[in-house]
Amino acid sequence: MTKLRVNGVEREIEVDPSTPLLWAIREQLDLTGTKFGCGIAQCGACTVRVNGEARRSCVTPLAAVEGQDIQTIEALAPSADVLHPLQSAWIEHQVPQCGYCQSGQLMSAAALLDANPNPTDAEIEAAMDGNICRCGMYGRIKAAIKTAAKNLDAVPETAEKGDA
Amino acid sequence: MGKWTRRAFLSTGLLVGGGFAVGVALRPGNRTGELSKYVAHDGETLVHTWVKLDGQNQVTAIVPHAEMGQGVGTSLAQMLADELDADWNLVSFEYAPAVSAFSNYPIAKSQLLGPIDLPDAIVPTVDGIMIQTASALDLQITGGSMSVRGSGVYGMRVAGAAVREMLTQAAAEEWGVPVDEVVARESQLIHAESGRTAPFSEFAEAAARLPAPAKPRLKSRDQFRVMGRHVDRQDIPSKVDGTAQFALDVKVPDMLYATALRAPVFGGELERFDATQALQMEGVVDVVELPASEANPFIGKFKASASVAVVAESFWLAKLGLEAVDMTWKETPNEGVTTEAIFEQFDGDIAGGVDRQTDVVAGDLAGALASADRVIEADYRVPFLAHTCMEPLNATARVENGECEIWVGCQSPLGFRKAVADALGFEPEQVTLNNCLMGGGFGRKSRADWAVQAAVLAQKVGRPVQLIWTREEDIRQDYYRPAVLSRFRAALDANGQPSAWENTYVEKMEPVEAPVIPYAVGAQDIGAVSSPTHVPYGAWRSVDHSSHGFFTESFIDELAVAAEQDPVAYRASLLDAHPRLQSVLKKATDEAGWGQPLGPGRGRGVSLQESFGTIVAHVVEVTVDEDEVSVDRVVSAADPGFAVSPDGFAAQIESGIVYGLTAALYGEITIKDGRVEQSNFHDYPALRMSATPEIEVYVINSGHTMGGAGEPSTPGIAPALTNAIAAATGTRIRRLPIAGQSLGGVRVSPA
Ligand code: FES
Ligand code: FES
Repeated sequence: MTKLRVNGVEREIEVDPSTPLLWAIREQLDLTGTKFGCGIAQCGACTVRVNGEARRSCVTPLAAVEGQDIQTIEALAPSADVLHPLQSAWIEHQVPQCGYCQSGQLMSAAALLDANPNPTDAEIEAAMDGNICRCGMYGRIKAAIKTAAKNLDAVPETAEKGDA
Repeated sequence: MGKWTRRAFLSTGLLVGGGFAVGVALRPGNRTGELSKYVAHDGETLVHTWVKLDGQNQVTAIVPHAEMGQGVGTSLAQMLADELDADWNLVSFEYAPAVSAFSNYPIAKSQLLGPIDLPDAIVPTVDGIMIQTASALDLQITGGSMSVRGSGVYGMRVAGAAVREMLTQAAAEEWGVPVDEVVARESQLIHAESGRTAPFSEFAEAAARLPAPAKPRLKSRDQFRVMGRHVDRQDIPSKVDGTAQFALDVKVPDMLYATALRAPVFGGELERFDATQALQMEGVVDVVELPASEANPFIGKFKASASVAVVAESFWLAKLGLEAVDMTWKETPNEGVTTEAIFEQFDGDIAGGVDRQTDVVAGDLAGALASADRVIEADYRVPFLAHTCMEPLNATARVENGECEIWVGCQSPLGFRKAVADALGFEPEQVTLNNCLMGGGFGRKSRADWAVQAAVLAQKVGRPVQLIWTREEDIRQDYYRPAVLSRFRAALDANGQPSAWENTYVEKMEPVEAPVIPYAVGAQDIGAVSSPTHVPYGAWRSVDHSSHGFFTESFIDELAVAAEQDPVAYRASLLDAHPRLQSVLKKATDEAGWGQPLGPGRGRGVSLQESFGTIVAHVVEVTVDEDEVSVDRVVSAADPGFAVSPDGFAAQIESGIVYGLTAALYGEITIKDGRVEQSNFHDYPALRMSATPEIEVYVINSGHTMGGAGEPSTPGIAPALTNAIAAATGTRIRRLPIAGQSLGGVRVSPA
């Protein structure tokens, strides 16, 4: 059994601790917003935040995150009726096409902005290069991150923190 | 209903070539009674096959297409809302259920007839034929960039206009006023003279009892209010908070998970397997052989070899279990096949002209070659390509009490339902197919092979099963964009103008016009030889255009360079018969600053391509440093005639560019020992953000017949890129991908 905090709630997961976090959160916790794309840390579709940092859950065994804070896309928004500035920017720029990669993109972007609220283009590229979008929406993703960064300034400090 | 017979159908030759299907919207009479049970919920009235109204005056468009990223629902709803004169804020959409009554008939009409304005007198005949054809063929297909120009133009607009007329008629009857005095505006029915106003919903039931007019009056473009306007895609909010439901997200009570491995050499058969070790693993429930399967629908034919599947309590355990199964595959005649052997075969078959079928023959080719100032020859080739949809293939199936329910994201729900039914020994009506959002489609999800696996597995195991392919299986068991070799010979006259164009390539798929050039060349001979391989092939975003766009737009560039002429001016001089192409070329090159000097190691390349009814010109700027290529900027002009959702259209153009750049730069599936060598994104890479150029898209509403959006920007991006590399370095790239090739050092761009 593995204990961890997922989206602010203490959870106990019964499956073998060598199981990748991705499958535990999808199958055991029914949090299906986090996606499977490659299974080998190549595509970023499975990105979640562990203690605030972006992590590829497909190659992260449960045992490695015992007792840690996990945030998934389901808890990126600060509350049920307030979107995270990145989510609003994603809508403003009409980023998603098929949408399948976008949970991972948003979680990578959220980790980036928390660490670096005013990233340069090169910093955005470095942070986002692990996330593939087969629909090719990179230009919009980059533009949306910049919009969100701008809007972060305008938002009071507390409202922007999605992770509990 | 019109009078038409099978003979009439055949004699009009409508089914020649691969086509899609057809326009319930135009079907006389009103069948909403029998259809309501599928789509109308409490308080909703199905006024028309594709239109529901509820008590809150909310309009729902029933969209007979699947969502794979293109935003089809929003665009089609816009078309319907505009003709209906509905308030856009009161319009939403849902996807049509996978039952034959909701076949997307309009597609056949536009696909098979093209942009032909039919005389009114024969319209009912043609519609009748199309309706019958689509029913018989069970079509509900998303592909060929056909949704807006097919279902949209012939289905949604007609449906919207028909319902507007039905509503105004119902109101006029109730109010006892002449029908032409009742106006529909922003979801209200208005009779100005008497000052009466009522929401659409008040007359929904009365309208539903009226026959749908077969030929309602459509708006002219200057009357559009919703079409051509930017509206937000309605599916996007659910795609930023994790709530969008893909097939992978389905959960059914008592469900098990599975993963499978198919014969690694295509066509292979299973000799035996030993599951002892796998079955000892905790959580592994069963190890099952899945037989070979095939289906022959109108679109999406496939053959698939046998597989072994492991069923377990979780996907992870199924994956570990599969790795522990010891499988032995029978030897096939293809064990020794390699990519190079395939290209040698192509070379021999082109040289031998094996079963050569011509696409175009014009003028005196031999004469033009004999009197040429110069003859230019070149061979071009492209590799096999996998689709790598972001969402790996998966499906969830439950088979019990002689019924199957399946959840899958696919481009052809009715075709899939039929394939699943056949595999289970069921009638299609015993299968309920729930089509989910697709995490990408690109042509792969028109073949039902994996859905059949899931259904058979559920039947064998006796419990619901979610089958999830690994990325490795996804890459190794695709229906690939075929590898192609294409041989060119051209003659230039004393002025450098082309006088002969000869082209022979291997294997023809569709669309038929893909290898045809728009340029004025007097003598032409274009044709295909047959050279089959054992590698399964299928439609890949833009189909044959994806290869021929690269070939023809590169070779014309070579001719311009040989003639020492500017590639843009050279093309334009050969397009006097195509002013629309000329103006798209001009727009892109003007915006890109064509002709302005670039620094050392930099170059600019152009391409021009019409496909799926849309014309696209790209200008690509590159920097080449040693053998590293950096794609700096892409400027594209696209003329779809009219863009219903301008931003959505631009997004599709951007998407197609990135998809094509991935293929041009890195995409290559190689064959060794008869099987695919690549396995995941580390050896079959996708373009990432840091390598993605700045993309500028200029949309031209020329007023011509509406064209497609999803595919037309893909074919031209590779040649624009390699033409830019040629401009920067003098090195002509004649095979894709570019990665791994020597670019011959850097020279200063002449521009
Ligand atoms: S699924 Fe984890 S990085 Fe691709
Ligand atoms: S939106 Fe489809 S993969 Fe990114």
